[in-house]
Amino acid sequence: MSNILKNEREVVIPGEALAEGMDYLPGDNTYREGDKIFSKVLGLVGVAGRVMKITPLSGPYLPTTGDKIIAKVFDITMSGWRFKTNTAYSAMMNVKDASSRFIKRDEDLSKILAIGDYAVVTITKVTSQNLIDLTMKEPGLHQVSGGRLVKINSQKVPRIIGKQGSMISLIKDKTGCNITVGQNGIVWIKGDSDKELLAEKAVKMIEARSHEEGLTSKMEKFLTGGAQ
Amino acid sequence: MAYTERIDGRKFDELRPMEAKAGVIPNADGSALVKAGKTTAYAAVYGPRELFPRFKQNPKTGIVRCHYGMMPFSGSGERIRPGNSRRSQEIAMVMEKSLNAMIDLSAFPNAVVDIYVDLPQTDAGTRCAAISAASIALADAGIPMKDMISSVAVGEVDGTVVADLSYDEEAYDAIVSDIPVAMTHNTKEITLLQMDGEISKENLMKALEMAKVGTETVYELQMKALKDKFSRSD
Repeated sequence: MSNILKNEREVVIPGEALAEGMDYLPGDNTYREGDKIFSKVLGLVGVAGRVMKITPLSGPYLPTTGDKIIAKVFDITMSGWRFKTNTAYSAMMNVKDASSRFIKRDEDLSKILAIGDYAVVTITKVTSQNLIDLTMKEPGLHQVSGGRLVKINSQKVPRIIGKQGSMISLIKDKTGCNITVGQNGIVWIKGDSDKELLAEKAVKMIEARSHEEGLTSKMEKFLTGGAQ
Repeated sequence: MAYTERIDGRKFDELRPMEAKAGVIPNADGSALVKAGKTTAYAAVYGPRELFPRFKQNPKTGIVRCHYGMMPFSGSGERIRPGNSRRSQEIAMVMEKSLNAMIDLSAFPNAVVDIYVDLPQTDAGTRCAAISAASIALADAGIPMKDMISSVAVGEVDGTVVADLSYDEEAYDAIVSDIPVAMTHNTKEITLLQMDGEISKENLMKALEMAKVGTETVYELQMKALKDKFSRSD
């Protein structure tokens, strides 16, 4: 006999039993002990076929290859820049990954990115010890200039973006701001200063209410009401 | 004269009125408040973050670091000197060991998770309140853990086994023992067991059975605190 003990999208805490019997498999953020599957984090239950998984409601960002993040330069070395990534680990960007133009051997790297600068970058490699390599050479990657940076929980990033980017394009449309969301939970908003403020409020609101359903329509109401 | 009625009128196995709340400190990655009678514990969790000094880093897994602090006028006696003391260091260590049993930081090598527990008001059972609060705060911070840890003190006052001793009971003028216990929920494994005073073997076994029931009550409260944070706001 196998059965699921929790409803889909129910909030569970670490150590709660999700399913019993060998017909179900432990997926993300779960583990099996005996014939039961337990949750490992605080999150929402998801069932995908026979796999039980948990979507975390909070938690640290795990660097993943291919993620676009916003990071801050905190050191310049012989061969490149070191970035703070809003995780427990710093990242490295080599000179050759900084720009498509040729950078001479004796060039001053701080002219390209100085200490304290932010940049939109992509993770090219992550090792088992969470050493991170970055690149700024792909389209859409550049230094952050002007605007404001908002820090949110990285687990809320998918909610900020929405299904096929519905939420983020809604905020962009209603506020006219340029918004870049880093997977590490740093959001860059640039536009008119009052609209920037509104966009920031919207982002913070989504973060606080991310577990609710029908958030896009609620946001639409908030933005049209607050924009005037 | 045996201890036939408790000083505050509770039943022998009854815990003090408890309260728990998750997410009370916005700047922390996870936080919690636990009140047990007059004892109040705030826990804040930060991280995983970079660990310094570097020699403490472990390339195989992340580590947990606890800080425990009673505030200067939190007790009923003399002012407590703030900062590290022999006692607070010990409690921080047993908290670390108790919580570490269930935390899985293998995805965060070389990193640290910091847990700060401060107690603005105390009336015995502080390390238990601290562990229960820290466990909620860790879950709130999204740290992967196999199970929640719930903690309660049990003991013997003048020959009677009781749960969740208050300070008046700990200071009762007879043979008293005070046994803080922390347990996991699913497997009922003991992750903290200390004792002050003396107790007979039979009563110790009775007290541990009482702790099993007591920690279950604490667990229900912890679960409610975490789930309440995500109940619909409208």
